[in-house]
Order: sequence, then structure tokens, then C-alpha cells
Amino acid sequence: MTKEHNFSFETKLLHNEHKYDPTNGAVSVPIQHASTFHQHSVDEFGKYDYGRSANPTREAFETVIANLEEGTNGYAFSSGMAAISTAFLLLSQGDHVVITEDVYGGTYRMVTEVLSRFGIEHTFVDMTDLTAVKQAIRPNTKVFYVETPSNPLLKVTDIRAISEIAKSVGALTFVDNTFLTPALQKPLLLGADVVLHSATKFLSGHSDVVAGAIVVNDPDLAKQIGFLQNSFGAVLGVQDAWLVLRGIKTLSVRMDFSIKSAIQIAHFLQNHPSVKKVYYPGLTNHPQYELQKEQSEGAGAVLSFELESEEAVKQFVELTEIPVFAVSLGAVESILSYPAKMSHAAMPIEQRLKRGISQSLLRLSVGLEHPDDIIKDFSAALETISAKNQGEIVR
Amino acid sequence: MYKNETKVAQIGNRSETQTGTVNPPVYFSTAYRHEGIGQSTGFDYIRTGNPTRKLVEAAIADLEGGDQGFACSSGMAAITTILAIFESGDEWIVSRDLYGGTYRILEQGFKKWGLSSTYVQTHDVSIIEQAITEKTKAIFIETPTNPLMEETDIQAVAELAKKYNILLIVDNTFYTPLLQRPIELGADIVIHSATKYLGGHNDVLAGLIVGKGKEVCEQLGFHHNSIGAVLSPFDSWLLIRGMKTLALRMKQHESNARELASFLKNHANVVDVLYPGRGGMLSFRIKKEEWVNSFLQNLNLITFAESLGGVESFITYPATQTHADIPEEVRFSIGVCNRLLRFSVGIEDVEDLIKDIDQALTRLSSEA
Repeated sequence: MTKEHNFSFETKLLHNEHKYDPTNGAVSVPIQHASTFHQHSVDEFGKYDYGRSANPTREAFETVIANLEEGTNGYAFSSGMAAISTAFLLLSQGDHVVITEDVYGGTYRMVTEVLSRFGIEHTFVDMTDLTAVKQAIRPNTKVFYVETPSNPLLKVTDIRAISEIAKSVGALTFVDNTFLTPALQKPLLLGADVVLHSATKFLSGHSDVVAGAIVVNDPDLAKQIGFLQNSFGAVLGVQDAWLVLRGIKTLSVRMDFSIKSAIQIAHFLQNHPSVKKVYYPGLTNHPQYELQKEQSEGAGAVLSFELESEEAVKQFVELTEIPVFAVSLGAVESILSYPAKMSHAAMPIEQRLKRGISQSLLRLSVGLEHPDDIIKDFSAALETISAKNQGEIVR
Repeated sequence: MYKNETKVAQIGNRSETQTGTVNPPVYFSTAYRHEGIGQSTGFDYIRTGNPTRKLVEAAIADLEGGDQGFACSSGMAAITTILAIFESGDEWIVSRDLYGGTYRILEQGFKKWGLSSTYVQTHDVSIIEQAITEKTKAIFIETPTNPLMEETDIQAVAELAKKYNILLIVDNTFYTPLLQRPIELGADIVIHSATKYLGGHNDVLAGLIVGKGKEVCEQLGFHHNSIGAVLSPFDSWLLIRGMKTLALRMKQHESNARELASFLKNHANVVDVLYPGRGGMLSFRIKKEEWVNSFLQNLNLITFAESLGGVESFITYPATQTHADIPEEVRFSIGVCNRLLRFSVGIEDVEDLIKDIDQALTRLSSEA
């Protein structure tokens, strides 16, 4: 077992304590549907008593994700939002959260419309501006909530610096690591306390399961999260836990391929006259390019770009043939999203525009199609749009 | 209008027109393709809506006579989702004899966020009325209660709730809509740990909420999606599969429970039998506390495990299992003593169940 800790990340995805079943040697973890477990004595219960508290299949995923994030304990939830909601339950009435301003719309909604009613305050800041972060601190600040790269503008936050600020005021640092996964970034090693995942995305990778996860590396926090997971009960179903485990096996190969494609597509878009701006931390002109290189092993497979107008966006969506136009990201299929009406629809328009999430912004999650095909598809769409617009000008 | 027996057998049938499949497909897709901006099929993202989950949500709403159903990842997730519609400063009045998990989330969870709860005996409406303050926003009852099996007059409590403009929430896990439909009696929200009778096979963890009224349903829908404690498509399908035999199972659970209740009442080593006369749940006290462990170990057929409502018979020891999170003095004061056992009567042959209980009980006095 100690030997296994020396394996590289790619190998750990496949060879862990669940690589075979101890009773019959099965190489795929069995799905244990039992909601309850027989007990032999009133005084001493077995490790498993009720499916919500612990289930062997869910536990397999929980230990795997904890191991990959280099934490001590993992917890699986019925969605990424269920994981985030449960993590926020650590707070009490009167506490305060400092949070990334261009956070995922669902998290924005949770903080502004749910936590606020239970007396938990928040301040949105640009986390790339450490002075602004420090200015946002109040005596009751208990959590710094980071998404890096952020959604959908791909701003990169210095996890180490934020964790230090948080520690200096006795607060916790939460990092949503959905976009990069532990294949590229391990926030706990950079000082974060709680890592969050929408495992629906890259971890599972096949658009076929909704799931969330929390990983911590502190026994006291582990106890608190474990208590909340069981009390609130927003746990992951066993078949879904198995699907996530299945997806994780190909995480590295999927990530490697998608990142290479993302870089090519980002360059293509950047050099295209009809594209106003490209947001991708793998481009050398990204403001936090160096930081991204330093704290992670890759820029990820999500990028955003701005076209000339809302009308151009509309046409682009209709003309492109390869990416599915849908919400979500991190799948084998490339997914094109329109943040204004999808991931960030829960954010009021003035808040969205203030954050730079314009009406002409599109987000692309790069999948496993051949990058040449995607570029050809995009190129043809952009050409048709500009030809059409020029035609209109001539008329 | 079909009867509930017909409704449960038909869940999901005729839901799909393209192939005519009788059994509904499990839709795993997390995302749904849009033809263009603003052109949704009605499904966008799995957390917000899933066709398989939607079937079970519509079915429970129909069975309970409510307007809208919401499927959650566990019964506790259903309760927490409901709690989210309240805010700091609000108060709840809650059945004193209550599932330990609900007590825990109220006392160690929602108290921290400023929502406080008062625990009262709910079988007497005047006791509830005395507990109402200006801040009371909801009455939450379990009927029958767990594990003491006391019934509350839902209609009387509903009238009281209406008088004070308070929401009435009823946990209907023990009876299911086959035996009791709280919304028809005036409740606003019904919840289920669907892990129990509705699922019925001890193989799926699930919770259901049914709301009555536009405002309540809108709030529940918002938080169901925001918090995201939703039921997975496969588990929704398993739950549908279980619900198809609910009517048959409930009949068998109930007839077995009646016979066991009268058998236990006449047994020398049993002192109290708590059975409300319907449903498949009963509790009983054995004569001596020191007999509990031997009794449970003497059982050959019946399983000693937490949970209830499955086809297999279960005996649970509330003191250390379901009610372990309730402080001992509170537990004792309401009658959940260390001699109390809760029996979820399964659908096995009743003679086999009686034989198993009889031998386990009789051996106690011969050992002593």
C-alpha cells in the first residue's frame, strides 16, 4: 500500500486500494445497492449501518478522490451544488464569506438568495486583486471562496496567497477545482482547506452523471463535513458513484487531449478577425499566465471568447455543427454554452455586465473530437457570419 | 380518476410515445442540446430537470393529491430542502417523538442559522396551539410517530395551522399515500423517506416532497434546484420500480403486523405493544433491558438493522440506532426507553415470523 503512494497520478487513477475486490477479485468495484446493513450486536455496530451514513461503493469513490487531491478524506454528493451547499453549512448565522466575483451562477444564487436568509453575509471581490481581497475582510470573515480559473472569464486566483490571507485571519479557504481537476491542480497542497468539485464535469467526463465531491486534509474539518454529509443527506447514489469511478479512470488521457486541442482552438480564435477577445489562461497574453503555469500543470480545457455582437453569437450557435449547444462542461463531447442565458442566468444582468459576462460571450468546453474538425467548423461559421454582415453593409 | 392501486402499477407507462416503451427509459444525460439560443426542450441541465426523475415526481404528487413533487437524494435531503424556504428568526413546532435524524438537523444544523424548534406532543391540538408564537412559521408532524406509533389528527392540526397562517408539513413515510393523504386533510407539504415503503426493497436511498399551492411549490422548486440535493435518474427508476408493488406490499405488511401485534401482546416476555391498528410498523418493550442483545442475537430470520419499510422484516433498537442523536434524558422522557424495539414487519409468511420471534423471546427466560 505504501508503494502505491509513489505511483504517478496517471497510474493512481487505475491502481488504488479498489483495484480489485478482496472477496472475489473483481476488478471493477461492485455496486452495493443495500440501503441498510445487518448488525450483529446492540453494543457494537459494523462499519456500515445505513446507506446514507456510509456505503462501500460511495466510499470507494470518496477514497479515490481524496487520494487524487492528496487529502485525507473525501465526501460524495448528489450534485456539485449539494457539495457546495454542504460545505457552506459549516458556517453559522453572523458569519461572512469573501467570494470570487465571477463565480458560477448556481453558487452566486446559493450565496445571495439562500445563505443571506440565514444571516450569512458575503462580499464579492476580484480575487486576482489581493488588495481588494484584504479590504473585504471583516471581523466575522470565516471563508474565502475561490474558483480558479473562474467561470466563465477564466481569471486565475493565487491559491497560495489567498490561503495565507485566510490563515492570518483564522478563516478557511474553499477552492472549487472543477475546471482543472487534481490532474492539473491540487489546491490542498497550495494551502486550501476545502476542495470542491462538480464531479459531473471532467472527473466523470461523459455527460451521464450528476455528482459532487468535497476533499479535506484536516481531521477536525473531516469530522465536521462527515457530520454534515450524513445529517443533510445530500449523498451520491451508488450507481452514480460507480459511474464517476469509471469516468475517473480515463481522466488524464481525456484532459491531456482536450488541453492540446484547447490551446490550438484558443490560438485560432485569437488570430481570427471576427473574434473580439479570447479568455484562456494557456495563452501567453493572459494576465495570469505565469501564475497559472506556476500553480497548476495546465490551463484546462475550458475557454471563453467574445464575438462582435449578440446577433453574431446567435448565428454562431446556429451555424456550428460539432459542439452541442447546452449547459454543463467537461465532457467527451465539446459543449458550447451561452453564459448570459445558461450558467449565469441566475445572476441579474447588471451584475453580469459589471463582471464582464457580456451578451456576446460564449464558453467552450473542449471535448475529444479532432481539433482540426472543430477549427474547420468554427472557421466556416465565422466566415458565413462576416460575409452575411458585409453583405448587409453593402446593401 | 383512477384508484391509487391502479396509479402505482401504471407509473411511467405511456410516458414515451416514440417507441411505446411500457417501462420508462433511464435518462442519464446531464445536458440537453438546444436548437438555438432560448430554444429549450423543457430540459436543460439534469439537476434542474430530468425526464426519469420527473415521472416519479409527478407520480407522488398525484398519489398524495398535491400540485408538484420533488425527488431528493435522501429523506433527510428532502427535509433540509424544505428547511431552506425558511429564514433566521423563524420557529418550527415539531412532534416531540421524532426521527433522530430530523432532530439532529434541527438542533445541530438549523439552530446555528437562527431557526429554532419547539418539541411538543402533537396528539393534543391545544398543546400545539399553546406553543405557537408570532415567529412560528411551520408545524412539522410525523404521524404515526417514530418509534412510539402515536397518531395525530392531521385535519385538526391543519385547521389550527390555517387559523394562524402557518405551514403544515407532514412526514408520511410510515403510512404512504395508500393509507393516509395529508394534503387532502389540509397539509401544505408532505415528505417521504422513499427509502422505506415507497422504494420497499432496501436498495435505494431517496426522499420525496409534495407541495400544495403555487407559492409553496415555487419556493420548493427553487431550493430543490439551488441546493441540488436531487435524486439520480437510476435511483428514480428504482423507486418507480418499487412503487409499482406498493399497494400489494402494504396489504401484506399490514396483515402481518396485525397478527404479530396480537401475538406479542400475549407473550409473557413482552410488556407493551404499540401498534396503531394500521400499517406495517409496530414497537414493543421487552421485559428486561439486559435481554435486548440476546433477543436480537437469537433471531434467525428477522434482520437486526436500521431502516424500515422493506420487504424483509427488520428489528431496530432506537436507543442506539435511529434515536442515538437524541440526548438520553430527552429520549427517556418521551418513552423511548432502553427496552423498546421497533419492528418493521416484512412480507414473509406470518407464521415464520411468529415462530422466529417466539423462539427468540422464549429462549430469554430459559437463559435467565
